[in-house]
Amino acid sequence: MATSTEGISKNKQVIKLEGATVRFAGDSGDGMQLAGTQLTNTSALAGNDVATFPDFPAEIRAPRGTLAGVSGFQIHFASSEIFTPGDSLDALVAMNPAALKTNLSDLRAGGILIVDKDSFDKKGLEQAGYAKNPLDDGSLDSYQLFQVELTKNTRNAVESLGLGLKAADRCRNFYAMGLVFWLYGRSLEPTRRYVQTKFKGEVADANLRSLEAGRNYGETTDAFYSSFQVDRAELKAGKYRNIIGNQALAWGVVAAAKLSKCELFLGSYPITPASDILHYLSEFKHHGVKTFQAEDEIAAMTATIGAAFGGDMAITTSSGPGIALKGEAIGLGVMLELPMLVINVQRGGPSTGLPTKTEQSDLFQAVFGRNGECPMPVIAARSPSDCFNTAIEAWQIAVRYMTPVMLLSDGYIANGAEPWEIPTMSALPDIPVEHPGPRSEDDPPFMPYKRDERLARPWALPGTVGLTHRIGGLEKQDVTGNISYDPANHQHMVNTRAQKVNNVANDYPATQIEGADQGELLVISWGGTYGSCLTAVRRMQALGHSVSHIHLRYINPLPNDLHGIMQRFQHILVPELNMGQLLTLIRSKYVIDAKGFNKVQGRPFGVGELMDKIGEYFS
Amino acid sequence: MAIELPVLKPSDFASDQDVRWCPGCGDYSILAQMKKVLPTLGVPREKMVFVSGIGCSSRFPYYVNTYGLHSIHGRAPAIATGLKCARPDLMVWVVTGDGDGLSIGGNHLMHCIRRNLDINIVMFNNRIYGLTKGQYSPTSPLGKVTKSTPMGAIDNPLHPLSIAIGCEATFVARSIDTNIKHLEMTLKRAAEHRGTSFVEVYQNCNVFNDGAFEYATDKASKADTVIELEHGKPLVFGKNREKGIRLHGMNPEIVEIGKGVNEDDLLFHDEKADEPSLAYLLSRMRYPEFPEPIGVFRAVDRPRYDEEMVSQIAKERQTRGDADLDKLFNSGETWTVT
Repeated sequence: MATSTEGISKNKQVIKLEGATVRFAGDSGDGMQLAGTQLTNTSALAGNDVATFPDFPAEIRAPRGTLAGVSGFQIHFASSEIFTPGDSLDALVAMNPAALKTNLSDLRAGGILIVDKDSFDKKGLEQAGYAKNPLDDGSLDSYQLFQVELTKNTRNAVESLGLGLKAADRCRNFYAMGLVFWLYGRSLEPTRRYVQTKFKGEVADANLRSLEAGRNYGETTDAFYSSFQVDRAELKAGKYRNIIGNQALAWGVVAAAKLSKCELFLGSYPITPASDILHYLSEFKHHGVKTFQAEDEIAAMTATIGAAFGGDMAITTSSGPGIALKGEAIGLGVMLELPMLVINVQRGGPSTGLPTKTEQSDLFQAVFGRNGECPMPVIAARSPSDCFNTAIEAWQIAVRYMTPVMLLSDGYIANGAEPWEIPTMSALPDIPVEHPGPRSEDDPPFMPYKRDERLARPWALPGTVGLTHRIGGLEKQDVTGNISYDPANHQHMVNTRAQKVNNVANDYPATQIEGADQGELLVISWGGTYGSCLTAVRRMQALGHSVSHIHLRYINPLPNDLHGIMQRFQHILVPELNMGQLLTLIRSKYVIDAKGFNKVQGRPFGVGELMDKIGEYFS
Repeated sequence: MAIELPVLKPSDFASDQDVRWCPGCGDYSILAQMKKVLPTLGVPREKMVFVSGIGCSSRFPYYVNTYGLHSIHGRAPAIATGLKCARPDLMVWVVTGDGDGLSIGGNHLMHCIRRNLDINIVMFNNRIYGLTKGQYSPTSPLGKVTKSTPMGAIDNPLHPLSIAIGCEATFVARSIDTNIKHLEMTLKRAAEHRGTSFVEVYQNCNVFNDGAFEYATDKASKADTVIELEHGKPLVFGKNREKGIRLHGMNPEIVEIGKGVNEDDLLFHDEKADEPSLAYLLSRMRYPEFPEPIGVFRAVDRPRYDEEMVSQIAKERQTRGDADLDKLFNSGETWTVT
């Protein structure tokens, strides 16, 4: 294999950077997600901290070259710890005019713009709705524009392999990768290894040749007069890998099952952006994982309830519209007081909404979205790697309190990737699960709703001698579990179920405050906005402002120390990718004049916009 | 391992709950026959679970001293599916009604049957909504006047067995609440079948739809309106077994035996036929044009979802062996920060 002084140009200048944000954008068939993933892995292996933001259309294959079909993958890599995939782009690769049109506004002034010149033909320009060719009309003058004959060069690179044009053009993403890898001083080696395991024969050869041709182009052409270098980040010592949010969730539930010595059952119905969890877990049969692709969301939920009754660690995965369908059955789960996880990977709503875009607008649904007085614990992951621990913690709560637990993720976390410090199973705490043992006729009768000090009832398994009992959705007498329509008993049971869920907060660790524990402004975030809020607050702190940050992992019940913390600040700001759902919860519960900062555009917060908002409190 | 099972009596299966169906309800008889069958199955009581949805029939689990789950409307087959996947060692029964099973829960019933989990579904068909006090159900006949159809029902009814056979059920049977010997035999056969057993029981709702099946239960008429299916035997009926069913092309026809027709000319029942066509044809025979068949329509063997799930897991464990999570976490590209 040809290995020149890889990634380091011989005579060209190398400029050191703190970090860079790069986006590959092209048609949804152009392999942009693959290109982005490879740059992510390569950068992580080079020791950078990384954060990614894949952004793809709901259509599998919208007509080629159209605006609707543009797919993008953004990656931020840096020599310091980072928490977001970056606001504006330092470099944009646009594989066609449509990709340029839909992505250009995110490229910073002076940023690097690499386009496939060959795709800017009459048809391509028309499909993107360009009246004039933007490459010629001066509209791109404020960027460093590199017009690369990417299609032609790729075809030339693979010509001798005798592939058809169509097959040759499928290698364009590797050519683009090669060029970007050169630009940021990245090794081609990890991608070479990837190609050799994923592709065979001529296709593998063609991809490798294109990758190298792209790199060589950067190195030799006069157009590029400098490349960049981003040094290793100083991450906490340990062994790392990259992990995607849905992958971390899947691995987390498998780990939780092992730690609790339960068998894992997943009842699920495919839905974007949660389906990957079903895919991952379906691969884990050798771990004893049972996956059931149900006929609908309701069956997925009720099968989960059946499996929980049988003694499995039963979980269901879905997104907002599916959770809506599951609502009645989740209520049954609450009534039966059986442990199970309901995982909602949130997407833009209402209704079908924006299936592939992120939003945090299912908080109300999670906390309140069932008939009757029906509380359940709600816990939210904050980043891709955090999904692993969140899954384990959710199951701990479920079995300790005998209750369904709602775990919230979102489309941004689900598809994003970041480095994950690999844990050791033996270092993770066991999750104790107890089932009452058999009884003889001489023993007092079994009481299925007799509670422990936390108010949790016993998890009695069918098959156990002497414990036969019937449970159901009708209100039941405390202790015996018999059907009861007694008014005072109903009040007592509603109070008891609420108190049981409130007791969960007794186990929370103290809420961590980033910054001073009192001051002018407290920023409160939850879920996937963690990284951008934390980064914005840190930057404002560096500018000398009296601003602190807390991140809420526990949405229901809220932490017991939250009220005290809020009272030590003049102002409270709650940024959310919804119209103010946590805000409403906080305002109503604590009667405190918190303010919201809200955005529902299917995209995460940029650090810049958060800093601007925080800045308003100090102007 | 030989386990000596205690000998159980029907009364051992009575729970401590008062039965609260209306006096005279057909459900009492079904409960009584079930309690007779359960001790004969060689399955310990604690290994049995009754799952139900919502409706009069769905109160059933409370009255049987086994494990029980009284769930939400229409979902019992899906709950049973999850339970059976989690615990293949349990004997799982689903008790449902015509509204619960065919209306709000139609989708689950259909998919449960096609998956052929090893569970037993008993559908109490009274052709009316009882618990909600008298609206028409998906099995109510055209023109049925009820509280919600004062001018008569205008939607064509579903026929439970045709649906089950359409889903390629491996065990399909019908019985009648008052025909207690036949009902007992049918429930026992359903219990013994490996795969999803689907049993429709004609059940009288004496409050909201009294006499819906009188034609099939009335002593004077039932010999002419009901035909009892027996595997390998010709379809013969009538007080003096003087009538039979013969195939005319693709259609059944009633013939009188003796007038140039002997039993060999009749349709012979074959519950083990691979193709469900015969069972379907039988499920389409309806009063008053035909006598309605009772008994086992179809009993065939096909792989069961729960067993297939277990065997896939076992196979994967054998071929991929190591289910070490540490290995999984450390697979692929990793790097160390010192």
